[in-house]
Amino acid sequence: MDVILLQLLNGLDKGSAYALIALGLTLIFGTLGVVNFAHGALFMIGAFSAVTVQKILSISFITLDPEKTNFLGKPLEIKTPYIVSWFGEGAGNAIIDWSVPLAILFAIPVMLIVGFVMERGLIKHFYKRPHADQILVTFGLAIVMQEIIRVFYGANPVPTPAPDFFRGSFDFGVWIGFSENAIIYPYWRLVYFIFSAIIISAVFSFLRFTTFGMVVRAGMSDRETVGLLGINIDKKFTIMFGIAAAVAGLAGVMYAPINSPNFHMGMDFLVLSFVVVVVGGMGSLPGAVLAGFLLGVLESFASMNEIKSIFPGIDQIIIYLVAIIILLVRPRGLMGKVGVAEE
Amino acid sequence: MFGNKNDTRLLLVVAIMVLLAPFILQPFGISTGMNQFNAGYPDLMQRFVIFGIFAIGFNILFGLTGYLSFGHAAFLGVGSYSAVWMFKLLSMSVIPAILLAVLISGVFALLIGYISLRRSGIYFSILTLAFAQMSYNLAYSVFTPITNGETGLQLSLKDPRILDAAGASGSLPSTYLISPNWLNGLEMRDTFRLQLGDWLFQFNTGYYLSAILMLLAFYVSVRIFRSPFGLMLRAVKTNQTRLNYTGVNTRPYTLAAFVISGMYAGLAGGLLASMDPLAGAERMQWTASGEVVIMAILGGAGTLIGPILGAGSIKYFENIFSKINENILHDWFAFLPDGLANGVVWIVSKFTGDGWHLTLGLLFMMVVIFLPGGLVEGGTRIWNFVTRKNRPSRSTDKTYAPKHKPAE
Repeated sequence: MDVILLQLLNGLDKGSAYALIALGLTLIFGTLGVVNFAHGALFMIGAFSAVTVQKILSISFITLDPEKTNFLGKPLEIKTPYIVSWFGEGAGNAIIDWSVPLAILFAIPVMLIVGFVMERGLIKHFYKRPHADQILVTFGLAIVMQEIIRVFYGANPVPTPAPDFFRGSFDFGVWIGFSENAIIYPYWRLVYFIFSAIIISAVFSFLRFTTFGMVVRAGMSDRETVGLLGINIDKKFTIMFGIAAAVAGLAGVMYAPINSPNFHMGMDFLVLSFVVVVVGGMGSLPGAVLAGFLLGVLESFASMNEIKSIFPGIDQIIIYLVAIIILLVRPRGLMGKVGVAEE
Repeated sequence: MFGNKNDTRLLLVVAIMVLLAPFILQPFGISTGMNQFNAGYPDLMQRFVIFGIFAIGFNILFGLTGYLSFGHAAFLGVGSYSAVWMFKLLSMSVIPAILLAVLISGVFALLIGYISLRRSGIYFSILTLAFAQMSYNLAYSVFTPITNGETGLQLSLKDPRILDAAGASGSLPSTYLISPNWLNGLEMRDTFRLQLGDWLFQFNTGYYLSAILMLLAFYVSVRIFRSPFGLMLRAVKTNQTRLNYTGVNTRPYTLAAFVISGMYAGLAGGLLASMDPLAGAERMQWTASGEVVIMAILGGAGTLIGPILGAGSIKYFENIFSKINENILHDWFAFLPDGLANGVVWIVSKFTGDGWHLTLGLLFMMVVIFLPGGLVEGGTRIWNFVTRKNRPSRSTDKTYAPKHKPAE
């Protein structure tokens, strides 16, 4: 039982990332009808905005300490971050320590702007063109984005630690009545799961309970009629594109401490997220979230040694296998509506 | 040859270009500073034609039927693996290796295509992508006994090599055409060097073998384009639904196109392994599939010559751009004032050397946005502009063109 629960928990953090990216992809596909191959790159840019904030916060000036010398016999150089000298020792170090959560504040406007620019500057011109063209141009954009990141941050992963408070693991099993050391779970993964649950519910309640969300949902089901009612639906959809980009970016920001960001992480996640969208049902938001968690957990179960000894290598292919079966057996996906993008 | 003068002329031009490539690609003397722009050395020339085959094959699927496969590299990888296994088990002759590569990748394409072609549009792209990633992951992990995992499949002295066992020596053998004794072996790596003054021309056996196979592949692709079968594939691209309503079952046609293009990829993979008997899983990664997509689009999807142009130009620029490092740029911009030169070099260096992919991505986006027909369309536009040929006829066309499309 505890083994199963442990795998369930392990699957949740990857599942959260899949769910968030897939949610964004579905939002874009559902509103604008565009297949966005650059969505993984948006996730990656989010992760790198965490890196950027951490770097900016720890910009330091150098003072020489004449008392001590380094191994060359020169005065020792001491780096003091500006933040520390401005806010004092305690507060300054705390700000640097908490840079990843702080990066959320930075990432939201950045991702919104990136999303707006992308939609207005590029995607807008591709509404009328075939899906193949949309895939190709966003694929090109993804290459450009990841190469730009590589120019600035290099090809190696950049370690981005979580705040000290959340570092390390805790004994989750004890909390819910298992024996000690049965379920050890890192703090940050729990944080990530809770964070993504909050984002997902925020997106859903935004669509459900606001007038804006109502209009967007109406536009998703019948764009023309909404337009005839005198609503500028294009503008709303542009904003939705920005929100979708922000969701992907936030998923990336918080993911940075789990896996050190590198420039091609977006591509790795993109392929899987597409699979998630297809399994959940193209254009279905709850389907994307459900499938994201489902596949994350399935992947984690498949990597158990007991299962791997029966089907070697199943952990590598389980997601694709599920997707292939779903596409053949139930083409509209788990929760897709009948007739929506079902060809 | 084709009953169509233009096609015959095109094939002849391509044949002449390919056969004289060692001269054409070597326009600069070797002692001049321009030597780095020469492309006439065996390794690069081989890649030109081999990726040309790959792109021609991809074009038969994407250019004719409009099905965008994002997993074609899987067939390339399968072809490479089967060819290397042939070298390990049977003999170092490339002919059985290439035949097996084509056969195995054809079977593989049949399996994948049978499932993937049940869907169309984006679903097809994602299915092929999923299959390719699956093969890549499997090649890396479970299939290690067959693929040798991360290290990649290589030759070793312990291999049985049944036909070659008699003449085995202490070192690793190299690939040859038919037998080690026929025509002095005719090894793939044999290169005849011809030096005329400052110019060095290299004629490589492996290149000519690949070039002849590419011409053959090109010939077959022209035949397919002009055949009733090709016409049916184009009809699928234009409107598959209507075709289905008229009672045509399109799946056998698309499946045939998929298998043919898979076999082309297998041929390319087999040739890659014949030139250098190595096969690694990274050949199957989806970025490799993306590369062939870029080649076909850049050259002009759906045209005959486009994929070859695309493959050639991408491989050429990949090679040249990655060679340009900061020192070379400093030499180039030495005429500028120092500070300015440093700035220019800093900016330009981001697009060359390691940054080649950035240039490629930008170029690719530009082509997709402004020039959907690729280099071929660009060439045609320039040609029409220069000769002012199409101008009057276009205006008359418009007046007679039906204003509304017939009902979908």
